Amino acid sequence: MSTTKTIQVVVVGNGMTGYKFCEKLVARSEEGSKIGITVFGEEPRVAYDRVHLSAYFDGKSAEDLELAPASWYQERGITLYLSDPVVAIDRTARQVRSHHGVVVNYDYLVLATGSGAFVPTIPGVDKEGVFVYRTIEDLDLIQAHARTARKGGVLGGGLLGLEAAKALLDLGLQQTHVIEFASRLMPRQIDEAGSDILKEQLQQLGLHMHLSKSTREITGEKKIDGLLFDDNQRLDLDMLVISAGIRPRDELAKAAGLATHPRGGIVVNESLQTSDPAIFAIGECALVHQMIYGLVAPGYEMAEVVAAQLTGKTKEFKPFDMSTKLKLIGVDVASFGDPFLSEPACRTIRYENKAKGIYKRMNLSTDGKYLLGGILVGDASQYNMLLQTYKNAILLPPNPEDLMLGSRGGEAEEAGAGVLSLPDDALICSCEGITKGMICEQVETHGQTSVEALKKSIKACTGCGGCTPMVKDLIHAVMKKQGIYVRNLICEHFDYTRQELLDLVKLNDLRTYNSVLDHFGKGDGCEVCKPLVASVLASAWNENVLANNLAPVQDSNDRFLANIQKGGTYSVVPRIPGGEITPEKLIVIGEVAQKYGLYTKITGGQRIDLFGAHVGDLPAIWETLIAAGFESGHAYGKALRTVKSCVGSTWCRFGVQDSVSFAIEIENRYKGIRSPHKLKSAVSGCIRECAEAQSKDFGIIATEKGWNLYVCGNGGSKPQHAQLLATDVDKEMCVRLIDRFLMFYIKTADPLTRTATWLNKMEGGMAYLKSVVVDDALGIAASLEADMQKLIDVYRCEWKEVVETPELRRHFSHFVNAPAEKDPTVGFDELRGQKKAKEWAVS
Amino acid sequence: MELLLDIPEKITWHMACHVADVPEDGGVCALIEGRQIAIFNFSRRGKWYATDNQCPHRQQMALSRGLIGSQHDEPKVACPFHKKTFSLESGKCLTDEAYKIQTFPVRVKDNRVFIGI
Ligand code: SRM
Ligand SMILES: Cc1cc2nc3c(=O)[nH]c(=O)nc-3n(C[C@H](O)[C@H](O)[C@H](O)COP(=O)(O)OP(=O)(O)OC[C@H]3O[C@@H](n4cnc5c(N)ncnc54)[C@H](O)[C@@H]3O)c2cc1C
Ligand code: SF4
Ligand code: FES
Repeated sequence: MSTTKTIQVVVVGNGMTGYKFCEKLVARSEEGSKIGITVFGEEPRVAYDRVHLSAYFDGKSAEDLELAPASWYQERGITLYLSDPVVAIDRTARQVRSHHGVVVNYDYLVLATGSGAFVPTIPGVDKEGVFVYRTIEDLDLIQAHARTARKGGVLGGGLLGLEAAKALLDLGLQQTHVIEFASRLMPRQIDEAGSDILKEQLQQLGLHMHLSKSTREITGEKKIDGLLFDDNQRLDLDMLVISAGIRPRDELAKAAGLATHPRGGIVVNESLQTSDPAIFAIGECALVHQMIYGLVAPGYEMAEVVAAQLTGKTKEFKPFDMSTKLKLIGVDVASFGDPFLSEPACRTIRYENKAKGIYKRMNLSTDGKYLLGGILVGDASQYNMLLQTYKNAILLPPNPEDLMLGSRGGEAEEAGAGVLSLPDDALICSCEGITKGMICEQVETHGQTSVEALKKSIKACTGCGGCTPMVKDLIHAVMKKQGIYVRNLICEHFDYTRQELLDLVKLNDLRTYNSVLDHFGKGDGCEVCKPLVASVLASAWNENVLANNLAPVQDSNDRFLANIQKGGTYSVVPRIPGGEITPEKLIVIGEVAQKYGLYTKITGGQRIDLFGAHVGDLPAIWETLIAAGFESGHAYGKALRTVKSCVGSTWCRFGVQDSVSFAIEIENRYKGIRSPHKLKSAVSGCIRECAEAQSKDFGIIATEKGWNLYVCGNGGSKPQHAQLLATDVDKEMCVRLIDRFLMFYIKTADPLTRTATWLNKMEGGMAYLKSVVVDDALGIAASLEADMQKLIDVYRCEWKEVVETPELRRHFSHFVNAPAEKDPTVGFDELRGQKKAKEWAVS
Repeated sequence: MELLLDIPEKITWHMACHVADVPEDGGVCALIEGRQIAIFNFSRRGKWYATDNQCPHRQQMALSRGLIGSQHDEPKVACPFHKKTFSLESGKCLTDEAYKIQTFPVRVKDNRVFIGI
């Protein structure tokens, strides 16, 4: 092919394959060759996703379905004529002429005219209320007519017919009938037994089934009123959708003298050339290997084959797998390979569960080694794996039925591991020709670890979407192989997990939100990543949460160092370590509450909460409390809340250790440390467990010989008992173990994950946690302890700092231009001699 | 700094506060003729925004205390109460179509922030 002259390519048809061809050709010509592209489309709109046409009835707009906007063609220099079909080809002059009289020369002509619905020659097909199901215009007509119709029918019980039937059902028709000529549904895909199960399931969905029915006439005056069958029975209908097969659009080719098949289709060779070597045909109009491929994936492959040849490569179209899975009827149906092979040509395994509406069939080679085909009805969850096993001729395991039934009782994990056993060239996304190897490479070396990312990088899952579950399995399997926890990415601004970000923050010594965003994020942040980064910075450095311009990225509670309440006031919770408090301090709390009109309550955490404070009063309230020796209780932070205690051996007749002293020591040790979620603890003085230590993130129970340490307990909506981590340890060891445990949690947990949930997700569970924290299996115990000590060393009460720093204190006012004024909309009601927040105003 | 185009004729500009009163990438609430207005200094973009301070969800005077950020390219603020988010440009609620807040033009001159009402 000449490289100096621009090659002119004309594409007839702007459907799915026509578009895909343009996309592939443009991508290739960007590599060097000069190609001019002109496209003629008969439909009024740019190419759209016909496969998901039915989604139009589910609220998708025509634009949503577009494969690419009109601007896409413009930006790539493609001339696009819509609503203007090509009406003639002059092969000698190498010209096409359109309906509107546009004449364009071509070096190569690509026919992608698709197919139309096949409409059998039944009398009455031209009556009002009779439709086909192929274009958006068809759907508009159907929708408009359905408004006044009560009884609808679909002629044809194949793949597309059932899809159309489901659409009628969704349009709210009172009755929807399916009329099929053959004795079973989906005759090209499933066998009699499968059809029986499917029929029953569809009847439960509300469809009426009529099999072995040959239609003699569509009756009615101008408008359809019913069907008359060959057995003289009648069916009353207000509308009918004909879905009896497809008819390749070969009329243009035929008129131009190209070879066509008597039953329809433009005849092409393996290079997809028609009888004129300058003219190619692709998609549903092309007859190759003696057949029409009525699916999108082979059409896309044809587009690839021609695009390759026009850019100087050689490529042929090989017989294409026609396995299918029905998308949306509400009953899984799939078939692969040769579903109809029967003994003695193969060995067949069948499974039927009428109660559950499940039928499965596998055809094995006679030696039992390979899978040749099969059918799945009612449950197609194993489809992708079976398809791959068949396509890649993978040797079957000794109990091949496990493949189709799933490992019963076992963990679902195995499915994930199974995908890795596929060969690298296993075709996973057949629409886009993407292999297992390509996906693994994206995940392994390019860090594309979500379906969204793979859609962008290699267009995986962008066609029919059928491969999505398998692509997900592959992503997870590869990541697991690499020892990566499946990553929970933070939000659109950070493609990292919390753990990764914490490491990066420390490694790069970042101290402000903006520096983290500039280094590792994009955009402007949001309410998800801002508090998360703030918490990570706090876990890393334990600096005042309002320092370093961090106030505006803190969630409201952390920004004002108090919990926001219904109505917009705040609560004040001073720390009362271990629940122990002197009468003097109790009096100060009482005085403060009186002076500022606060509601007081003993909390479930053994301390006192003061509710209803105006934001402007907070610094003064805290000034008084701090002067009396109180500190922030961090009730607003993802941080240590309380360490509850029971009175223990100092007073209790059963107590074996001084639980209050230890609780106070623990609370003072870990106060202020920020973590992925709040932390709670308790210390009980004996086995009677009055402090409820086994419901805490870490709980300690006194024994005759020392202390038992329990971890990962939780109250809340899903209570979970803490589990024993160490027995009879002394105080010093107990504290070291807690240091390690907490630091390991802070470093590895996902955001807003309590210790119990963290443990539940941890592979290896408690045994693993113990090996890390107690046995130091990872060799990180010393560094965990050191990291914890660093945080403890820099602790300062953040409220004290605010009270003493005018610059920070200034921000505690409701009105920036009237700092002394309170929010006039705040209101209270009275209750038992105290106040309570006014009820929500509901709009 | 920022001068909005298409400002209708009858706008009155009210001095709300000084630039330094508003934290970078944060908000404050100003009382303007009895009305509570939330003012945001979106310094990452070098822009200022002003909206109602009241969240229409449960009528809480709280938006100035919300976190600001972006969703795709749309600048937004999240109410601290139940995290409904609102576009700072259009006032549209991005999480629930039922709600909307009013937005106001902002002008910054000589380190002073003016709101147009
Ligand atoms: C005040 C208090 C209720 C009381 O009047 O007693 C309370 C009040 C709140 N709890 Fe609690 N919890 C209080 C003890 C508890 C307890 C009991 C305990 O700690 O022994 C539990 C169960 C134990 C546990 O956490 O495992 C408890 C489990 C929760 C949960 C569920 C946590 C979970 O893992 O599922 C939440 C929701 C959350 O954090 O996401 C929560 C959240 C809240 C919040 C912060 C809700 C909020 O976001 O506004 C409440 C703040 C009120 C305020 O404005 O101050 N609170 N909360 C208690 C304060 C204890 C303290 O002194 O700090
Ligand atoms: C409801 C429905 C559901 C489907 N579901 C699936 C599925 O689940 N899986 C699957 O693989 N496939 C499915 N298909 C089939 C799939 O949509 C087709 O295989 C695919 O669209 C074929 O692409 P094509 O480009 O060859 O034809 P088309 O997409 O039909 O495009 C051909 C275009 O050429 C135009 N044209 C014809 N003649 C001319 C002319 N002379 N000049 C200019 N333009 C002309 C036509 O108007 C049309 O726009 C479904 C089809 C339908 C209708
Ligand atoms: S657990 Fe109960 S019995 Fe034991 S010391 Fe505490 S209060 Fe006493
Ligand atoms: S009050 Fe704003 S989100 Fe509920």
